[in-house]
Amino acid sequence: MNTKVLVAPSPHVHSGDSIQKNMYGVVFAMLPALLFSFFYFGLGALVVTLTAVASCYLFEFLIQKYILKTEVTINDGSALITGILLAFNVPSNLPIWIIMIGALVAIGIGKMTFGGLGNNVFNPALVGRVFLLISFPVQMTSWPVSKGLTSGYIDVETGATPLAIIKEGLKSGQSLSSLMDKIPSNMDMFLGNMGGSMGEIAGAALVLGLIYMLIRKIITWHIPVAVIGSVAILTGILHMADPEAYAGPVFHILTGGLLLGAIFMATDYVTSPMSNKGMIIYGVGIGVLTVVIRVFGAYPEGVSFAILIMNAFVPLINVYVKPKRFGEKRK
Amino acid sequence: MLKTFSIGGIHPAENKLSAESAIQALPIPQMVSIPISQHIGAPATAIVKKGDEVKVGQLIAKSSGFVSANIHSSVSGAVFKLDDIMDASGFRRTSIIIKVDGDEWLEHIDRSEELVKDIKASKEEIIKQVGDAGIVGLGGATFPAHVKLSVPPGKTAEVLIINAVECEPYLTSDHRIMLEKGDEVLVGTQILMKALEVNKAIIGIENNKPDAIAHLTKLAANYNGIEICPLKTQYPQGGEKQLISATIKREVPSGALPIEVGAVVQNVGTAYAVYEAVQKNKPLFERVATVTGKSLKNPSNWMFRIGTPVKDIIEAAGGMPEDTGKIVGGGPMMGKALSSIDVPLTKGSSGLLLLPKEETARKATKACIRCGKCVSVCPMGLEPYLLMVCADKKDYERLEKDAVMDCIECGSCSFTCPAHRPLLDYIRLGKGKVAQIMRARK
Repeated sequence: MNTKVLVAPSPHVHSGDSIQKNMYGVVFAMLPALLFSFFYFGLGALVVTLTAVASCYLFEFLIQKYILKTEVTINDGSALITGILLAFNVPSNLPIWIIMIGALVAIGIGKMTFGGLGNNVFNPALVGRVFLLISFPVQMTSWPVSKGLTSGYIDVETGATPLAIIKEGLKSGQSLSSLMDKIPSNMDMFLGNMGGSMGEIAGAALVLGLIYMLIRKIITWHIPVAVIGSVAILTGILHMADPEAYAGPVFHILTGGLLLGAIFMATDYVTSPMSNKGMIIYGVGIGVLTVVIRVFGAYPEGVSFAILIMNAFVPLINVYVKPKRFGEKRK
Repeated sequence: MLKTFSIGGIHPAENKLSAESAIQALPIPQMVSIPISQHIGAPATAIVKKGDEVKVGQLIAKSSGFVSANIHSSVSGAVFKLDDIMDASGFRRTSIIIKVDGDEWLEHIDRSEELVKDIKASKEEIIKQVGDAGIVGLGGATFPAHVKLSVPPGKTAEVLIINAVECEPYLTSDHRIMLEKGDEVLVGTQILMKALEVNKAIIGIENNKPDAIAHLTKLAANYNGIEICPLKTQYPQGGEKQLISATIKREVPSGALPIEVGAVVQNVGTAYAVYEAVQKNKPLFERVATVTGKSLKNPSNWMFRIGTPVKDIIEAAGGMPEDTGKIVGGGPMMGKALSSIDVPLTKGSSGLLLLPKEETARKATKACIRCGKCVSVCPMGLEPYLLMVCADKKDYERLEKDAVMDCIECGSCSFTCPAHRPLLDYIRLGKGKVAQIMRARK
């Protein structure tokens, strides 16, 4: 025999799956929402997305190459996801320099300080987003009103999000039914015809992405269903108890980036639990915290905070929630 | 909905290239090397010496304990020498090397093709015959078959499950046996039922073999108590615990044997060998193996004499392809990579797979992205990512607590991992260490 053969332990074949395939799969799933945001916010959406993505790549490259002096892994696609998600979470008229700060915090603090992809505790894009929300509250909460493809970038008309309208209205003593007339219809909200961040407005596009990711088996149903389901049940109970004080489940699901969070942010591999049981606990935690913050808290919207808080519990969930073992003795 | 096992599982590309190829007899080589350890348990003791004349089917090494197996000559000729040669495991083991002369069989072996349906042997005689014939589990585990038939006191067998799943990609030897030796398999199944004193047997077959399911279902109508159970194609359904879960919905408890839930599992090839041993007086000295691979000229199934060198079966299938990068004894998921084609084929050789170079090289390992895919595919409900880390950090206490010993080494985790982490390699290391610690504790 003149050929050299490899001797290695089994298995001898591989599924062909890779980190890139999963990451670019997620990116592909975000395309409908991205196109929607261009469609509704025009130039602004384009500038914000390009800035966020380019900055994430740049900072990851610079940090890995010159500060950590490790292998540069910008090709794995995770910086691209962080960039798009960061863009999805901000208004489309946010100045470039603020976006760049957000990207630096997301990649630098959110990801690299923990050791890079796979080691971060918190969702990097959300770390960046929340940092910006706290540091630049005015810029981060003035949402441009959609003017379609011809929308400009900085000089645009702004308005409040449906959640903010309800929150402020209820605080000033107006009744919920009168406030409901001031917000877009459910169908309009599902199709994205409302004020909000770039990625959160178009529920339909986000759901398309979810379906794609489920078919490709990039994620499982557990987290999105647990988040959306628990929000629906909790707000449903509140709404039934007092319809004049609490908005119903459909409103809560379609607003405030809940779908964006449940589909693309909470499902981040690195910062979500490993077992199916753990994913459900984590998802329900996010749903409950979101409702608590929205209904009883000071902020009109709570998805980002809820996810970040539950991210912190993930290591604990992984330690204490074990998958069902085969042949486990029933206690 | 077709039945399958309760948790995890994967569906690798099936690549059953040789499914249409009928079993052919592999030419007898000029020299065979028959290792005295081809089974799980104590090696057999050689009872022949250099120069002895042997016939086909003659006992040449005796079982040396309860968990051990007899070894018979697969050829006629003279013992050339007893020597330590490398076997498929890569270790040097004692083998009986016989120079072939003609093909003279022991007279009491019935070589006719005629089906013998009537089972005359009693329960005790069957178990003795199976032991004498040196039959081991032919699915690849090579556990002596008579041991499994001897139900320990206090336990009762309720059902016999015949493993005809052949869940390993590429392999087709069991598939061909079912198509070509259907009646023999069913008689063998009834013999096993008699030995176990059960009146029910289930033959589990994955639905990627519809012809075998149809054929056996038709034949089974003539036999009492045999049910053919089509299963959803899902790896590792051929695992004993997975097959029991799929067919009778019972979970064998951690660390226990199938008999704990009233089941005994035997491979379909074993059932055929049992038929030949009990009805035809033929000990186990030949079996069927698949030789296969995408670049191979003629992927096919062969009845070979035990001790035939691997290179002969490759030759028969059209020779080794230029692009061969790995030679696997068995299937791609659980088979062993061979370092040489001079090693002998043994009782456990269910197939030989030649993988092209581009499929063999492992990709660079990346950081774990915690996607949880290894957890969701593990058929034992373990956390491979965690076990790998614990094995690496030598945290054996935690490994034991997190049930590393339940791992069946099916490789679904490594197969699936998008970061190409060698999960099973580490888990094996950890398992070995934990087993050592547990033994020392006793």
